[in-house]
Amino acid sequence: MTGAGRERPRWRALRDGFLLYLAVALGTAIGGVARALVSAAAIELAGSGFPWGTLVANVVGSFVIGFYATLSAPDGRLFVGARQRHFVMTGICGGFTTFSMFSLETLHFATAGHYRMAALNVGISVVAWLAAVWLGHALATRINRLRGT
Amino acid sequence: MRDLAVLILWVAAGSAVGGLARFFVSGLVARAIGETFPWGTMVVNITGAFGIGVLAALARRQGLLIFPEAWSIAATGLLGSYTTVSSFSLQTLALAREGEWLRAAGNIVLSLALCLGAAALGMAAALEAAGESGL
Repeated sequence: MTGAGRERPRWRALRDGFLLYLAVALGTAIGGVARALVSAAAIELAGSGFPWGTLVANVVGSFVIGFYATLSAPDGRLFVGARQRHFVMTGICGGFTTFSMFSLETLHFATAGHYRMAALNVGISVVAWLAAVWLGHALATRINRLRGT
Repeated sequence: MRDLAVLILWVAAGSAVGGLARFFVSGLVARAIGETFPWGTMVVNITGAFGIGVLAALARRQGLLIFPEAWSIAATGLLGSYTTVSSFSLQTLALAREGEWLRAAGNIVLSLALCLGAAALGMAAALEAAGESGL
């Protein structure tokens, strides 16, 4: 009897853990594929002179995480569980954005001797990422404060 | 069309593993060191940048990446999704909102310097190992 009583919460914890990892894996797969498609589209549209795809993905991903994190915060309007938060933030946003590709693309500018482009990529990216996350947060804060408190 | 479907499949597979690895590693680091500073995200981004430097060097040396799909699964998928800008942005914003301006600035400067340095180091090390000197 005590064995069954112990096992039930243990199975439940196992199941919840599995579902959490599944949510992260699924979300990241969606985010990663979306980033690959954005990068491919950016090369089609604007050529490969500047890594627009990575910049767009990182800026949009920063905006979305800022917006969603504030909207789904304990005092936010959106009531979601930990699993859905990880699905969107850790998964989709985490997979959509990439620090490694940004680093590599900056390095490629530098090794080709295009130091100004390398510096420009770093400067524009960091300012745009942080502006986007702040904007997302600010927008969600306003929505949280809207009517019917 | 079939090529696109195959590409999507490879990127999805690599991304799923990369995302799980990020979740695991950043959680591990955060639990070990504490969460007053986003070391977890930084460790993930630095190691991922080093890895992509190595991969880029291997890709440059023809024949070292045997399958053409290798870049999709390992670079775009695995390492691309392993690292993250969104968490970096959110954590920097959180530090700034708490008035921890020095830590927010430190997170930006350290992340940029260490990730760019790690990518360069990874590339140089792999080229050196492959018998080429310099970048």
